[in-house]
Amino acid sequence: MSLEFVLAVYVFLLTVFLGIELINRVPATLHTPLMSATNAIHGIVLIGAMLVAGAADTTLLHILGLVGVILGAGNAVGGFAVTDRMLEMFKKKPVEGQ
Amino acid sequence: MEDLRESTIHVAYIISAVLFIIGLKRLSAPATARQGNQLAIAAMVIAFLVTLIDREIVTYWAIIIGTLIGGGIGLYLARAVQMTAMPQLVALFNGMGGGTAAVIAVGEFIKFARDGEVAVGEALAVSFGVTVGCIAFTGSLVAGGKLHELLPSGAIRSPIQMPVSILLLLGVVATWVVLVGFDGGNTTVWAMFAIALILGVALVIPIGGGDMPVVVALLNSMTGLAAAAAGFVLDNQILVIAGALVGASGMLLTILMSRAMNRPLSNVFFGAFGAAGASGATADAEAKPIRETTPDDAAVMLGYAQSVIIVPGYGLAVAQAQHAIRELADELDKRNVTVRYAIHPVAGRMPGHMNVLLAEANVPYDQLFEMEQINSEFQRTDVVLVVGANDVVNPAARSDTSSPIYGMPILNADQAQSIIVMKRSMKPGFAGIENELFHLDKTRMLFGDAKDTLAEVIGSVKAV
Repeated sequence: MSLEFVLAVYVFLLTVFLGIELINRVPATLHTPLMSATNAIHGIVLIGAMLVAGAADTTLLHILGLVGVILGAGNAVGGFAVTDRMLEMFKKKPVEGQ
Repeated sequence: MEDLRESTIHVAYIISAVLFIIGLKRLSAPATARQGNQLAIAAMVIAFLVTLIDREIVTYWAIIIGTLIGGGIGLYLARAVQMTAMPQLVALFNGMGGGTAAVIAVGEFIKFARDGEVAVGEALAVSFGVTVGCIAFTGSLVAGGKLHELLPSGAIRSPIQMPVSILLLLGVVATWVVLVGFDGGNTTVWAMFAIALILGVALVIPIGGGDMPVVVALLNSMTGLAAAAAGFVLDNQILVIAGALVGASGMLLTILMSRAMNRPLSNVFFGAFGAAGASGATADAEAKPIRETTPDDAAVMLGYAQSVIIVPGYGLAVAQAQHAIRELADELDKRNVTVRYAIHPVAGRMPGHMNVLLAEANVPYDQLFEMEQINSEFQRTDVVLVVGANDVVNPAARSDTSSPIYGMPILNADQAQSIIVMKRSMKPGFAGIENELFHLDKTRMLFGDAKDTLAEVIGSVKAV
């Protein structure tokens, strides 16, 4: 295993603990928007798909890359758009009370 | 120049990671949630733009065309879809993300295998990305199909279910062993891909529609982990970080949700929701009496009450009656009737879904009460108006140990002085279970489309 790989494992582990801490105290009202938002965040796979598509040198890799980019872009763009639409509705009411 | 390019990418990825983390933090408080989402969008845009200058990327047509097609579809669906259909849309987007992670892992593996030996770490990451990504892909599509009622929403069970799932699982394990331990080639990775796709279907099909929100939450977390695995395969830190964040927070969210529904995760996946349910209870329900009422009578009950609690359910949302219910509440308010809304944690289809729907209709925030706040108030309440809710007010959850929803926290609607239940028909709820609340002496049933019936009730309240 390369050093890079091992370091990535450390980054992964620390981020897992961070992720749990970050949303530990979320009220039930926000469960749905939060799930939708995290769903959009894993749309980051789009970047991975871009790297596959952009470096593709065979037909198969081109196809895999293109499919990946389409799906990933749908995940990222759609996910963030629907989350924003959801959260927009929260602005009108006095949220200070929460 | 190449150094500058590399550094730019690294710095941008670090900024992006920080924005994702701050965004997620902000997302967990109501006042800052929208800003948090916007920070996450900024993080994504930065990562996207900077990746375009990566020197690995030599052709752009697939990226441009793919982003336009995928982004266009995503944006269209996000804008066009009704708020009620939101859970299945999240499931669909989640499936797309899972599919992406799987495709990346396969693509990179093909390159690794061609360029020489595949290291153990990479082979493990590829296996994880392919397996989990594929399960998340088909699993989410099945979950979305059930929520959208394209597939039967009940638990689909057959005796061969378990053996088939175990066989598929063993198949996946076998491909892992070959790929990681015995330098398996492209055929192995494609076999893994295919088996995991089928496994995703096999795992979700037997789970009842009522448990779908928890399933979607879990699949969301899995897609996060698959994205992180793709990050390992590509040596890309931003994928590892964003994926791990989602994997962890998604898992916590899954646990919080299953707790709110009192459905331990093991029950969701191996339990008998629906399997034990419908049979006995529904059969003898036909005989039990119900008392029907008219909009006029309901208006009198509501208009002369001191206090009213409205229990909104998914049926209200389906009938698009959020605005009508607010109008009724306003009308009652004018008559000095105290109106409150009791929101069950899983009202709608997932925790928080009903709050979103009522916020859309401008229902004042201070009238919304969560279950713990309002449950002791029901016995001092004159009229409870249940609109399109069913399982969340089913007293069987408290008393009937044989009921599949036994132990689920419910709203104590049955303790009120009188109860009006608005429903389309006597059809059982999403969990497919008979509700004895409808057969109580003090319960009046008001059948019909929630929106139309509410309009009639509002008219009558104005008149009395």
